[in-house]
Amino acid sequence: MGLTGYLVVSTLLFGIGAFGFLARRNAILMLICIELMLNAVNLSLVAFNAYLPSEANAGGIFALLIMAVAAAEATVGLALVIAIIRTRQTPEVDEYADLKE
Amino acid sequence: MVGGGLAVVTLRNIIHSAIAMMICFGSLAGMYLLLGAGIVAAAQVLIYLGAISVLILFAIMLTQAGDANLPAPFHKQVWAAGVVALSVIGLVAWAAVSTDWGAAAAATAIGIQAIAEALFTDYALPFEIVSLLLLAAIIGAIFLARRPEEDERAN
Repeated sequence: MGLTGYLVVSTLLFGIGAFGFLARRNAILMLICIELMLNAVNLSLVAFNAYLPSEANAGGIFALLIMAVAAAEATVGLALVIAIIRTRQTPEVDEYADLKE
Repeated sequence: MVGGGLAVVTLRNIIHSAIAMMICFGSLAGMYLLLGAGIVAAAQVLIYLGAISVLILFAIMLTQAGDANLPAPFHKQVWAAGVVALSVIGLVAWAAVSTDWGAAAAATAIGIQAIAEALFTDYALPFEIVSLLLLAAIIGAIFLARRPEEDERAN
């Protein structure tokens, strides 16, 4: 399995994450799907770094930085979701329609 | 791993989805090891399997009232979402397959020492910015997740 194989796997994972983000109704699951997409990008970065090495190992370092950013994003996102669920009493996003008023 | 990802988006019970997410992230760590990026694999296990999964499981258990009558998992726009996702997969996979990357035949391992040196010399500024971002995220999460007692008293 060469570079192309890893890229295809990463693409599949990204597509699955995008589908879940667009199609699922649960707010927490939408966050999980964002994590899936970030992981797909990480995989492609690390694969590029392994097969097309650079001097500074930019791919690996960007993967680590993306992980830190993803952790921050998950923290704030989950706090937001819990706050919304507390006020709305439901995790289903299509019942938040009155936010648009 | 792709099966784990599929299970995440299709399973009805959200706790099962979270477990499938952990399986997916674990196999992703294995792929990083195959690519010779041991430090990234270790960070994946620590951050995703250790921290984010537990955080998400806690959030689910805080918000889940009980798994008696599960609502329908998908929007009405599920078909549009499927079309968009499939076209994204098709386009990017076609680009990935048809491009000649001029890549090496075998993966080269990343040395931990090389990564550490690069991280603290060439990439010192992004490193510091990320630490600031994490601090801001912690403060923001505390502010958001605080119980709104003060607001109720004000009302």
